[in-house]
Amino acid sequence: MNLYLWLFFGIWIIGWWLNSILSKKYNSNLIRFFVPTFFGIIFLMMWELIVLGLNINPVLLPAPTAIGSKFIEEIPTLWIDFTQTLIKGALSGYILGCGSAFIIAILIDKFDFLKRGLLPLGNFVSALPIVGMAPIFVMWFGFDWESKCAVVVVMVFFPMLVNTVQGLSIIDKSRQDLMKTYSASYLQTLFKLRLPSALPFVFNGLKICSTLALIGAIVAEFFGSPIKGMGFRISSEVGRFALDMVWAEIFVAALAGCLFYGFIALMEKQFTFWHPSQQK
Amino acid sequence: MKFFNLIYSLFFRSNFFPIVFILTVIGIFWYLIAIPMNTEKVERKFKNLNSTEKIIQSWNLEKPKLPTPHQIVKEIVNTVFFKKISSKRSLVYHGWITLEATLAGFFLGTVLGILLALGIVHNKAMDLSLMPWVIASQTVPILAIAPMIIVVMNSVGVTGLLPKAIISMYLSFFPVVVGMVKGLRSPDQIQIDQMRTWSASSNQLLWKLRFPSSVPYLFASLKVGIAASLVGAIVGELPSGAIAGLGARMLAGTYYGQTIMIWSALFAAAFLAAFLVITINFIQNYTLKKMAILT
Repeated sequence: MNLYLWLFFGIWIIGWWLNSILSKKYNSNLIRFFVPTFFGIIFLMMWELIVLGLNINPVLLPAPTAIGSKFIEEIPTLWIDFTQTLIKGALSGYILGCGSAFIIAILIDKFDFLKRGLLPLGNFVSALPIVGMAPIFVMWFGFDWESKCAVVVVMVFFPMLVNTVQGLSIIDKSRQDLMKTYSASYLQTLFKLRLPSALPFVFNGLKICSTLALIGAIVAEFFGSPIKGMGFRISSEVGRFALDMVWAEIFVAALAGCLFYGFIALMEKQFTFWHPSQQK
Repeated sequence: MKFFNLIYSLFFRSNFFPIVFILTVIGIFWYLIAIPMNTEKVERKFKNLNSTEKIIQSWNLEKPKLPTPHQIVKEIVNTVFFKKISSKRSLVYHGWITLEATLAGFFLGTVLGILLALGIVHNKAMDLSLMPWVIASQTVPILAIAPMIIVVMNSVGVTGLLPKAIISMYLSFFPVVVGMVKGLRSPDQIQIDQMRTWSASSNQLLWKLRFPSSVPYLFASLKVGIAASLVGAIVGELPSGAIAGLGARMLAGTYYGQTIMIWSALFAAAFLAAFLVITINFIQNYTLKKMAILT
């Protein structure tokens, strides 16, 4: 047993002890923020120490500090990959897919027949491994971001459609009657009553789709891409056993995923402040 | 009269007729769009065709840009029923390899997820430290790690089923944790108080109240989890370089421009996903009926 391993167990026990005391004694917002952050820091330290202590080959598991320095060193490359995959591929596909699903949901909402046909199919399609469409789209639209965009569109379309249709089909009879007594037109009822009350479902769809979009854009690059992009970098650097670079890319993906999700959650808070789930 | 009622409910009450209608529309659209997409190849291959012949040829090319449904069905029937199961050309062989990894990973992920959920519900320190990370990890594209896990495990000497199963485990694990934590916490305070007045131990509280009331949540997560497992197993087959499995089949199809092969693998994956979800649905309905939650 060397020093690093002793430190590893020491930090583990101290961290465990401190967190269990903290979480038992106090219950404020500060603790709610502090405990998980502390856990994260302890986890990173333990990772670093076990890599040092057991002399783990960096080809298998690089230490967090190595990943961090690689991240800072390679920021220009990471930025190129980020714009290629996440901005051009994922974001464009996300906007196109969610937007078209939203509009189509409003259109088919008028026809009960279409709704009854599309909802079960949409639910079914949501469970399918759509990522498998990636090679086909790469063949159709070429290696560049257009094919990734197409994969993302197909991936996000049905979850978004199903959620929006479900949101629109929640009908509060008394509110609709009230709109009728105001002699509101279809469009007025749609914009002033039904769309706002469907918003919690719409945002739920947007949240689910944000992860799907990232996955679609990255995995589609495994099937063919130009010599940039996160999926390309991950698969090629894995082949060269440069795992610190792979972890740096994963860190970028995780950060982007969290930030985007947080952004949508913030918008949700702004637009659906009236919903019970948003009130404390 | 009974027969008439059945027909009536199929057409007007249930979703049967609308679904068939939409599938028909998709089918017609598919055949129509296949014509312009494949004409280029038809014109390159055949000269002097009239338009009817061109259309028929565009639906029956060997390596079309968009294969038609009947070509895909033919390929699936051919590779499922007319090849030896052990042959590398058999879709059953590839499907089985993917299914094995999916089920192994799903099982591991479910067990691990339930254990972690129990820990989170019973230990406040674990709850406060882990739960935010579990939720945050849902927003991260975990699938991006797949090639790394495969290659690293290969270099340690672990090959075959296990690396893929680990990716599947990883993907099915999070829905189960989130669902089970919700489920184990779903009993009302009144019910918990009632258990306390009977001086139930925390073990009894778990097995007689918390666990039974979490079962519907468990099944909902299992359905999400098994679909994710399948995706994990398929993506896990990509970096190992197209050896066996449905993902490998798709990759091989991309390499050799065999579009019909890609589509048949895709359809096979879809059938597999449907089969798995329906199986869980069936078990769910049976269990919930036995537990008298669903009547």
